[in-house]
Amino acid sequence: MEFVSPEGLRLDGRRPMEMRQIRGEIGAVAKADGSAFFEMGNTKVIAAVYGPREVENRSQQISDQALVRCEYTMANFSTGDRVRKPKGDRRSTEISLVIRQTMEACILTHLMPRSQIDIFVQVLQADGGTRSACINAATLALADAGIPMRDLVTSCSAGYLNSTPLLDLNYVEDSAGGPDVTVGILPKLDKVTLLQMDAKLPMDIFENVMQLAIEGCKAIANYIRELLLENTKQLEYRRGP
Amino acid sequence: MRGLQLSLNQTQKLRLQRALDQLESLSSKANSNASVAVADTIPVNYEDCVLKGHGTLELDGEVVATLCGVVERVNKLVYVRTLRARYKPETGDIIVGRVTEIAPKRWRLDINFSQDAVLMLSSMNLPDGIQRRRTAVDELNMRSIFEENDIVCAEVRGFQHDGSLHLQARSQKYGKLERGQVLTISPYLVKRRKQHLHYLEEFGVDLILGCNGFIWVGEHVEAKGTLIEDQTDKAEQLNTKSSSSTFMSLEEQERTYTSLETRQNICRIANAVRVLANLGFSVTVEVIKETVYLSSSLNLDIHEMLGSEFYVLVAEGEATRKSMFTKKKG
Repeated sequence: MEFVSPEGLRLDGRRPMEMRQIRGEIGAVAKADGSAFFEMGNTKVIAAVYGPREVENRSQQISDQALVRCEYTMANFSTGDRVRKPKGDRRSTEISLVIRQTMEACILTHLMPRSQIDIFVQVLQADGGTRSACINAATLALADAGIPMRDLVTSCSAGYLNSTPLLDLNYVEDSAGGPDVTVGILPKLDKVTLLQMDAKLPMDIFENVMQLAIEGCKAIANYIRELLLENTKQLEYRRGP
Repeated sequence: MRGLQLSLNQTQKLRLQRALDQLESLSSKANSNASVAVADTIPVNYEDCVLKGHGTLELDGEVVATLCGVVERVNKLVYVRTLRARYKPETGDIIVGRVTEIAPKRWRLDINFSQDAVLMLSSMNLPDGIQRRRTAVDELNMRSIFEENDIVCAEVRGFQHDGSLHLQARSQKYGKLERGQVLTISPYLVKRRKQHLHYLEEFGVDLILGCNGFIWVGEHVEAKGTLIEDQTDKAEQLNTKSSSSTFMSLEEQERTYTSLETRQNICRIANAVRVLANLGFSVTVEVIKETVYLSSSLNLDIHEMLGSEFYVLVAEGEATRKSMFTKKKG
């Protein structure tokens, strides 16, 4: 199948190095300490953060740092065919773990000893790159909850199809079976916190693809930063002196 | 916008936007752009040494924010004041909390902090008002003072060595709160002031603005007076108890009855707080009172206060109030 037309356009009309439209919104869940909505093209996710709060299960309490928990779910209506998935299937457990580890790397957990932070992410509409969208939404929600972080974490995916590196794969490109590299970075520190790939790629091509994904992450980081700054200013001027 | 799911019509939208724009222009005049997001570099003068406070981190010789908020500078100290975050206790704060658990010699209270706070039996006045050592009997009767899910007003005593937060309630003004409602708002909307316990005489309502963002609106209870009076009261009560028990229960009923008017006032004040908090305006007694007067002068029903028109009116009122304030200053 042809994923990049001779004119250099992808199936959804993007250029190979072009990202989908991204949009974020802070404060999507009223009762949560922090929450956000994040959209990458047709992929839409919602994240809610509760905490730092008292640890529910005393035996899990850590005396010198916070416990971070994460739960990833996909809404039944998020995919084309409506399938009822059992809670905690392999895929969602794995993604929960990935998101938890990525977020834990940036949260300054030692500042909140003996407490727990819960991150809930739910996919409302899936069109490839749900992992990345969830991480971006979780970052926004954590910042909204006022949880101290080393840096923002942003994530973006990239692939390699028709011997062209492609940024931000959608569902059709994702299911083509080619390599799909999901990268999560700390933009300020310039460090990688997440790197996943489920195919083989030659070394030199991999570097190109990863560089492309990192560029995508940086673009998202800029957007998220603007969004947070705007939100902070709003809160401040409304509150007044 | 958080918590603000209103169906505004076109004019209301424009009016709200104009009021908010006015507020924005006022604040930008007042303070320079000191807002930061996570991982922003905070500009500091490296020639004099800098003390890094909360919400900052040193990275390659730069001071970097770890929170979203406003940069504050006090002499050499640089810190980031967060806006939306959980409560951060300071010694002496007056707070409202909910009892989550009764443990040996202590209650655990949920106060919107990262851990539950501890109220020791020994750090509160006993109901009989006598100063003495707490015995095992007192410990067994702890549920007669506070039970689970009771709302309690107390003061922050401080952090213990093990990092737990302790509270105290060594005055008659603290203690269990009954016959009213508790509202949860973001703690940054409550400013620390001299007075947090208010008695609104014209409504017959007690208002407690807890520093942790828990707001109590309830029927006014007379302060129990001094210790000695208390004891005489007790003696009298004992006498009446012995004389007739049926009379006592009637009195009890009368004591727990709240008049309709008071209940309506409570709801009106609570809705005023809800409107202000949803709009993100800081919550003080003056503003709450003003909002309540505004609603009653418009002859609005209590439930109509949560309608979109009233939100717009409150926002406009806030904008004019702030502009008046800055004019007076300038």
